[in-house]
Order: sequence, then C-alpha cells, then structure tokens
Amino acid sequence: MSLEAVQTDAEGYLANSDDWSEELATELAKQFDVELGEEHWKVLNAARAIETESGSSPGLRKISKRADTPIKAIYVLFPDGPAKLIAKIAGIPKPKSCL
Amino acid sequence: MKTIPILGAGTAGTAIAHKLRRRLSNEWDVAVVDPSTTHLYQPGLLFLPFGDETEERIVRDRGSTLGKGITWHQASVTAIDTERRRVELAAGEPLSYDFLIIASGTEVRPDMIDGMLGDGWHKSVFDFYTLEGAKALQKALDNFEGGRLVINIVEMPIKCPVAPLEFAFLADAYLTKRGIRDKTELVYATPLDGAFTKPIASKTLGYLLEDKGIQVETEFMTGEVDSEKNVIRSYDEREVPYDLLVTIPPHTGARFLEDTDLSDELGFIQTDLHTLAAKNAERVFCIGDATDLPSSKAGSVAHFQADLMTENVLRAIEDKELEPSFDGHSNCFVETGHGKAMLIDFNYETEPLPGQFPIPGIGPLPLLKECRRNHWAKRLFRLVYWYGLLPARPIPISPTMSLAGKQLSAAAETGGA
Repeated sequence: MSLEAVQTDAEGYLANSDDWSEELATELAKQFDVELGEEHWKVLNAARAIETESGSSPGLRKISKRADTPIKAIYVLFPDGPAKLIAKIAGIPKPKSCL
Repeated sequence: MKTIPILGAGTAGTAIAHKLRRRLSNEWDVAVVDPSTTHLYQPGLLFLPFGDETEERIVRDRGSTLGKGITWHQASVTAIDTERRRVELAAGEPLSYDFLIIASGTEVRPDMIDGMLGDGWHKSVFDFYTLEGAKALQKALDNFEGGRLVINIVEMPIKCPVAPLEFAFLADAYLTKRGIRDKTELVYATPLDGAFTKPIASKTLGYLLEDKGIQVETEFMTGEVDSEKNVIRSYDEREVPYDLLVTIPPHTGARFLEDTDLSDELGFIQTDLHTLAAKNAERVFCIGDATDLPSSKAGSVAHFQADLMTENVLRAIEDKELEPSFDGHSNCFVETGHGKAMLIDFNYETEPLPGQFPIPGIGPLPLLKECRRNHWAKRLFRLVYWYGLLPARPIPISPTMSLAGKQLSAAAETGGA
C-alpha cells in the first residue's frame, strides 16, 4: 500500500497493521527524515517481533536488548523521540499506559 | 502426593493458593515458596509518604495470611528446571512439581540507572514502591519546605501504572494543606507522550493536571541521575532539575527468571494472553505481575486471573483443553487528592470509559469521574484485601469485564475504546 492510500489515526500511527510492508516503512521513515539502513531494521524488526509476541508495544530497554543495540545508539538512529518514531515506522500501536 | 508449588506469596500467589486448596483433594500438596516473613499491602505505599497510612496497617506476618492446608517453604528460588520439573532453592532440597505456578511478581531496580543509587539515594532521591523507600520519603516530605518536586517514571512496564500520577495529585493536596504549594513546582516526567495516553482519558481528565498546576515533561527517557547537580538527564541530553526526586525505577521480573527460556528481555514470563499458561514450558502457569501480558500489573488483575486460572489449572490436571477466558480485565481506584478518587474499569480491548459501576445506571461508584465515594471505597479496600481477596473468599465482581453501565458513546466521539 502506498503512503497516500494508507490510513493513520489522529496521532499518525498506522490504523490497520495489515497495511504495513517494508516498502511502506521506508516511505514512512522518509517523512521523519530517517533513511533506513541495516541498523534501523534490526531495531524495527525487534520492536515488531516483541509486539507480535506480547501484544503490546515495547519500551526502549526491551527493544535495545532484543536488537542488541544500546539505547544511546537507538537515539542516534531515530532522533527526536525514538519510542514514537519506531512505533510509527514499524506499524505498531503507540506505547501507552492504562489511562 | 502430587505437588503444585506457587513461586511467590504476594497478592496473586496467596489468592491462587487459597483457591486451589479449596478445589484440590488432599492428594495434592499446595505449597507457596517465598523467603519473606511478611506480606505487604502494596496499595498502602501510596499513602504512607503523606502520613495517611501506617506500616502496622499494611504489613502482616506471612503465616497469618496463609490458610490451613497450604505449605509454606520459606526459601528463595534460584532456578526452574522445566525438563526435570523441579524448582531449585537457595537452601534445601529442590522441589519437584506436577504443575507449577509462577507468581514471583516484579523487582524494583534502581541499580539499572546510572547514579540512581549514588550519594543522593534516600537523601534527595526516593522511590515509594518499596516499604523502605516509602518510609524514607515520608521523612523527606516532612522536612520539605518547597522547591522542585519531580516525579519520574523511568520506563514502562511498572506496577500500578496510575500510582505515579496519583502520587502527583496527592502531593499537590499535601503541599496545599501544608501551605507550601506556592513555593513548590510539581513536575511529572514520563517516557510516554503524555500523562494520559488514551484518547478518552486525555479528553476527560486533562483538566486535572491544569487545575493542579502539574508540569508534564513528555518522552523523557531517563538515562542518568546526577545527584551532584541534582538533575535527571535523559538519553537525548535533556535535564530536569530537582530538589526532591520521587522516582519509579525500572521493573524486571524476579532475578531467577533473568535470561531463561521462560522469560522476555526484562525477566517477565512469556504468557498466553488468555489462558495464562507459560508459552515456553509444559505444566507451567503464570499469574500477576510476573507475566509479560499487556494487562496492568495490579492487584485487581491478579484477583481476576486467580479466579480464571483456577479453572484452567483444574482443566490441565484433567488433561482437558484450556479456556481462553482472561480478557485483561482491570479495575482500579485512582486518587485525585482532597478526599476524592476515580474508578476505572477496562480490559485488553476497551479503554477506561465513563459510566456506573458495578450496577448499570445505579453505581454506586461512577467511572472515570472524581467523587468522594470512590475515595472511601479505595481506603476501605484494605479490609477487603486482607479478609476477602487474599483468602479468596467470594467478591461479587466479574473476573471478565462487562460493557453494561459504560458509555460507549464516549468511545465513538474520540475514535477510541
């Protein structure tokens, strides 16, 4: 699905997770001035895998451990709020609390 | 004799032990394994720092909370051997099991953040998720004469996710009562994108922060506590100065679960969302805070899980298929200060909605709305906990969530639920 056709919620998260594809992620990332490389994909794939397994979007410490990438390095890969950016690009819900 | 050890005798472990003891025959040894000689009523830790709760009322001898016919092994677990079906203990013979329930909760881990346990620990840096922390914080608040009081969630998941926000509301009321609110800046620093992260709660409750003058620092991922300069520093180099820091350190599962096949990266047991069976081992279940589930780490959740898990353990014993019955149901009072509280009721799918609880149209407890009744219900809950929940006597609240009495229109308006 193309960037133009894809539906997002009011905060810019993917409305339908089935719309996600690697191509779409690349397009989404460009919107945030992020050019996806191998290191980015390690992080995105870790976040997607954990979300599928556990049913909730993971925090950065968990992603960091799964992707074997220090939190500091995640901030370099996804500057300007990595938790949100990763969720938006990986097509998973935003990390939230119960209220 | 067949054995079903329960690792941990907190809220979840104690409740499920009583449930199973009642339902299993005498050929079963229902045993809890817990090294601690006391049981702590954790919701009391929220009130203790403000002098509104006492240690005597929230701590009981472990023995007095365990009914007849439940064996108590006062020992620390060092490992679970799922191949040989046994639990290794720090001292004594390993325990063999026919079925195993992991109820070992969470550990609060200030050691995971650089500088948190430095010179400022329990001088200007406090947690209130442990009895020691809450008691030390009470003294610090007594001596507090104004300045910057910063409440900081380091990272999710944490126990009782609304407690930090409740702490901020209660601090506002406490400081007002002491006449030093105008000398205090109250700051709430969170790794999430707001103090409220769900659409209906944001819309309905945003006024609380504004009315109480609580500043919110969002997407603040704490990397370091610098107790020389009295600042917390995020990974993106932002600094939040404090005079008094109330931190909620990272939480992990019990240490013996770290880096095992059963657990995730933080030591929480990978658990089936609905059956509560451990994903990576046969004959093992997980309950309460120890799971990796997206439900809240809260006492009400443990209580609902205990009801449903009992049935699934009995099914497993009879070699029947497990029921996917747990829906993530959670029910929590949220203190908002000045003798008022809200009640929230939600599950995996449905976010907290306005309405009435437990009887539709009548209540008597309003949902997602402040009132005095909710506050008194929360304060009285301590007695329900000791005499109802822990000994697993019947409490007339459904373990699964009901939509009856909830205003679904509120969800439609915000596109949420």
